[in-house]
Amino acid sequence: MISFTVNGKAVSVADPPSTPLLWVIRDSLKLTGTKFGCGMALCGACTVHIDGEAVRSCVAPVSRAEGKKITTIEGISPDLTHPLQLAWIEIDVPQCGYCQSGQIMSAAVLLAENPAPTDTDIDEAMSGNICRCGTYPRIRAAIHRAAEIKAQRGAK
Amino acid sequence: MPNNTKWQVLTALLLLGFAGAFLALWSQQSTSANAGKAAPARGLSSANALAEMGVTTVSATDTDAAAAQAAFERAYPVFVSPRCQNCHPSGDAPLQGDDSHVHAQNVKRGTDGHGVYGMRCQTCHQDANLPGANMPPGNPKWGLPPPQMKMVFVGRTSGELCRQLKDPKLNGGRSLAQILTHVAADDLVGWGWNPGDGRTLPPLNRPDFVAAMQEWVNDGAACPN
Amino acid sequence: MTVATQMKRRDFLKTGAAIGGGLLLNLYVPDWAPARAAQSTTQPVVLNAFVHIGNDDLVTVVSNHSEMGQGIYTSLPMLIAEELEADWSKIRVQAAPVAAVYNHTVYGIQMTGGSTTTNSEYDRFRKMGAMARVMLISAAAQSWGVDTKSCHAEKGFVVHGASGRRASFGNLAEAAAKLEPPKDVALKDPKDFTIIGKSMQRLDTPSKTNGTAQFGLDVYIPGMLTAVVARSPVFGGKVSSFNGDKAKAVPGVVNVLEVPSGIAVIANGFWPAKLGREKLDIVWDEGPGGEISTVGMREQYAALSKNPGTVARKVGDPATALAGAAKTITAEYEVPYLSHSMMEPLNTVVDLHDDHCEIWTGTQFQTGDRAAAAAVAGLKPAQVDLHTTLLGGGFGRRANPASDFVSEAVHVAKVAKAPVKVVWTREDDIRGGWYRPMWYDHFAAGLDASGNPVAWTHTIVGQSIFDGTMFASFGIKDGVDAASVEGAADIIYSIPNIQVDLHSPKNEVPVQWWRSVGHSHTGFSVEAFLDEVAHAGGKDPYQLRRALLANQPRMLAVLDLAVEKAHWGGPLPRGHARGVATHFSFDSYVAQVAEVSVEKDGRVRVHRIVAAVDCGRTVNPDTVKAQLEGGIIFGLTAALKTEITLDKGRVQQRNFNDYPMVRMFESPEIEVHIVPSTEKPTGVGEPGVPPVAPAVANAIFAATGKRVRRLPIKPEDLRSA
Repeated sequence: MISFTVNGKAVSVADPPSTPLLWVIRDSLKLTGTKFGCGMALCGACTVHIDGEAVRSCVAPVSRAEGKKITTIEGISPDLTHPLQLAWIEIDVPQCGYCQSGQIMSAAVLLAENPAPTDTDIDEAMSGNICRCGTYPRIRAAIHRAAEIKAQRGAK
Repeated sequence: MPNNTKWQVLTALLLLGFAGAFLALWSQQSTSANAGKAAPARGLSSANALAEMGVTTVSATDTDAAAAQAAFERAYPVFVSPRCQNCHPSGDAPLQGDDSHVHAQNVKRGTDGHGVYGMRCQTCHQDANLPGANMPPGNPKWGLPPPQMKMVFVGRTSGELCRQLKDPKLNGGRSLAQILTHVAADDLVGWGWNPGDGRTLPPLNRPDFVAAMQEWVNDGAACPN
Repeated sequence: MTVATQMKRRDFLKTGAAIGGGLLLNLYVPDWAPARAAQSTTQPVVLNAFVHIGNDDLVTVVSNHSEMGQGIYTSLPMLIAEELEADWSKIRVQAAPVAAVYNHTVYGIQMTGGSTTTNSEYDRFRKMGAMARVMLISAAAQSWGVDTKSCHAEKGFVVHGASGRRASFGNLAEAAAKLEPPKDVALKDPKDFTIIGKSMQRLDTPSKTNGTAQFGLDVYIPGMLTAVVARSPVFGGKVSSFNGDKAKAVPGVVNVLEVPSGIAVIANGFWPAKLGREKLDIVWDEGPGGEISTVGMREQYAALSKNPGTVARKVGDPATALAGAAKTITAEYEVPYLSHSMMEPLNTVVDLHDDHCEIWTGTQFQTGDRAAAAAVAGLKPAQVDLHTTLLGGGFGRRANPASDFVSEAVHVAKVAKAPVKVVWTREDDIRGGWYRPMWYDHFAAGLDASGNPVAWTHTIVGQSIFDGTMFASFGIKDGVDAASVEGAADIIYSIPNIQVDLHSPKNEVPVQWWRSVGHSHTGFSVEAFLDEVAHAGGKDPYQLRRALLANQPRMLAVLDLAVEKAHWGGPLPRGHARGVATHFSFDSYVAQVAEVSVEKDGRVRVHRIVAAVDCGRTVNPDTVKAQLEGGIIFGLTAALKTEITLDKGRVQQRNFNDYPMVRMFESPEIEVHIVPSTEKPTGVGEPGVPPVAPAVANAIFAATGKRVRRLPIKPEDLRSA
């Protein structure tokens, strides 16, 4: 059995250790917010956090999660008010929406480490996440907006 | 022997001892991290591997510049083969593929050689290779040299590379012995010979490469022009 | 929300739907926003097929069109909410089941495509909202014993002005539903719109930011197995023999069974199914498809293009005009096969029983898919419940004329004898065919002594997408597939002598519509060749287009706006240059100006795209902007990055490593300017795509003097020294 926490909840799974974490999260734990897009770490739709670091779950074996804290899109804010989510809603970023879980998970790491990202920072943080619908300009604007929201909160 | 020289020698010996212990520990950590995963290349992740490879003493017993240069020229194509130079680029991004194109997805070196934000090396690269063509290769230490010590291979002539390798200001303060240990025993270096599906191997196998480097050192480590 | 709660809610809704039967068959109605209350848990009242109202005052709009990112799950409810006088915060939306009442008002089947949703439903949805409003008012007036004329509806209430009495829609719904629907309803004067024309926030955005939005791949039903199918590596190939023993030995694999499209590996999850598939031994009978190669097709197409084909349009006497022209130029253009590559790979869940079948999938093609599923299952269509989930991208692939992915899944369910989800991997998607066809163009233009084009001939070579489909009689007339020549035969430039003709070679590669269809090809070749004509005649590309569009005021306005906003002719950083393109498609007018530069190694950097669009009245302006932005980036990937090529029948690409998408760091600044219009709304989902490749190609010429006549544009073609 491989044991870890997901969004604060302890889980133990019997999947073989080499099973990609993505399929454990989706098929075994039924958390479907994390998406399958390519299976080769090329698109970012599967991005989760392991102890706060972005990891592409489609290639990470579930053994890598042993004893660690996994966060999925369902868990990045307890009440759906993460600055990124608020900015995403304000700007109406998603179109089909399928890539957006991964986009937000990548952006969350950026924002956690850099409270005022530049466009270059955004290029470097977000170019691993593909959006076929072409929402990149809005993602960029929403990250800047989220930084503002976060700063305003911090200033209170 | 004058007093201060005695202290210098003692200090040097102490430092060497520390360095040796550190290296041995470092190699062992690689070994234990690999336990249960795909076997690393033939026993090269322990200090005993040096003996196995026929690496004996590291003192320059002869100085034969021509032989040293020739030996380095034999080793050089390994350095500039894709498996090695892809992670020793001159720019801010790693390279990938047998054609050494710039790594996709706008991946960057970052401040510690391990990428930035949600695009760290370990975001995609695991502790071991993943099966399948073009799947991310893996090693516990996957990453680039840090920006302060880039150790650029791409575009270097054999002479430039040789001088760069030897320069303690550019090579992280390594001695020739340490350079040899690095190429012979370092686990991430060893990945180059176990690179995963679809990737060509360096032009020399590791034992031959190490032998060429050993000969270079033994003959006085002169650099090609 | 914990995992456990999510699962319980889904089970509840599924049970509720099964008990309720009939109309409310969507598996999952998500929370739309943190501020909004949960979806209605009471059984709403049906006012009409498109408007359901619960006694909790929630108004659920039933959408017969699929949401694939184009925003119709918001703009369709806006049409209803406007006429209904609903409280927007109480509006919800859910997918319609498959039924005749939900047929497309133009195409006559239930489907989403052609950038026609808003245009085809603009009248009907407003009528449905108005009808429901009239019934609610009647119900209130009756209960109060007053004249209906003394009552009005506002923000979810019916109000009796004189007495101030109010009743909420929820309270009135049951009584209203018993009334006879009005035969006629008056619709609002647009000047009174309070919702239509505003950038209302999308209803589906919140669920797409917190992982609750449910796509087809996210559906799990009790007892469900997962299957992947090994399909022929060449098109039209068949299984000759196979051995599934090693696959069956993979832990978690339940069965290995043949279906018409290949060998299905059925397992208790995706991962074991995929591992099992890798262990299959299959001998394929490749058939003629094994001989196909892009190199061979290019040769064949190029040869065909040298002679005219079936005439699609002829104006004047182009042959004579060309012969007598002061100057003639010719050029050949090519574009490759393209895969749709929606981010959500294809998938279908099938629960098949002897007398009924339930299917969950993201589809754009409900009537066709249900009929195909019924045929495979040996059932009547009425016995098949097809639930449309959100689509993780469609771009036309999910409206497959042969219902390929749904039919296949029902075949798998038949042999699996269990509920099953069939999943396509990214490799399956990119290699699976149903591409935008490869095209080859041969152009000739004749100019007069002043450099004006007086003759234009265009021979097109490429596969017909309608041939062999249920749309053949509708789409192919006099040997010309309309989708092959759109954007070319119907060019709106005033050139006195025009001929457009067509060769439609056939081969085993399956093809279909792809975002903007024929325009995805003709937009590029026509607008890039027109640029060549401008250059040959010594004319500014913008000024030449102006002259040729003298009779097209709507396109002129769009062109002028884009050019103005892009500061055409104004200063640029060193090495930067601009290109312009216009294209009329899906009844909308779009002009784009691209600003690009080209590196020494030939890499193209697109800095900025300025677009102007006239799509008639905009229902949701922000959605229009989003669709243009998205269409531009979609078109940019085709312009700069992607091609599907074949060798020995095999597709040479397989995933995003060799079929690469434009990413954030390559994404230009995009500005979208909307020309105000009071015409009926026209398409926005697709029209943003065609102009971007030619605008970029034309800018590259302005920057480097090099003509790009082939997509994708490759650095090696533009390298300098």
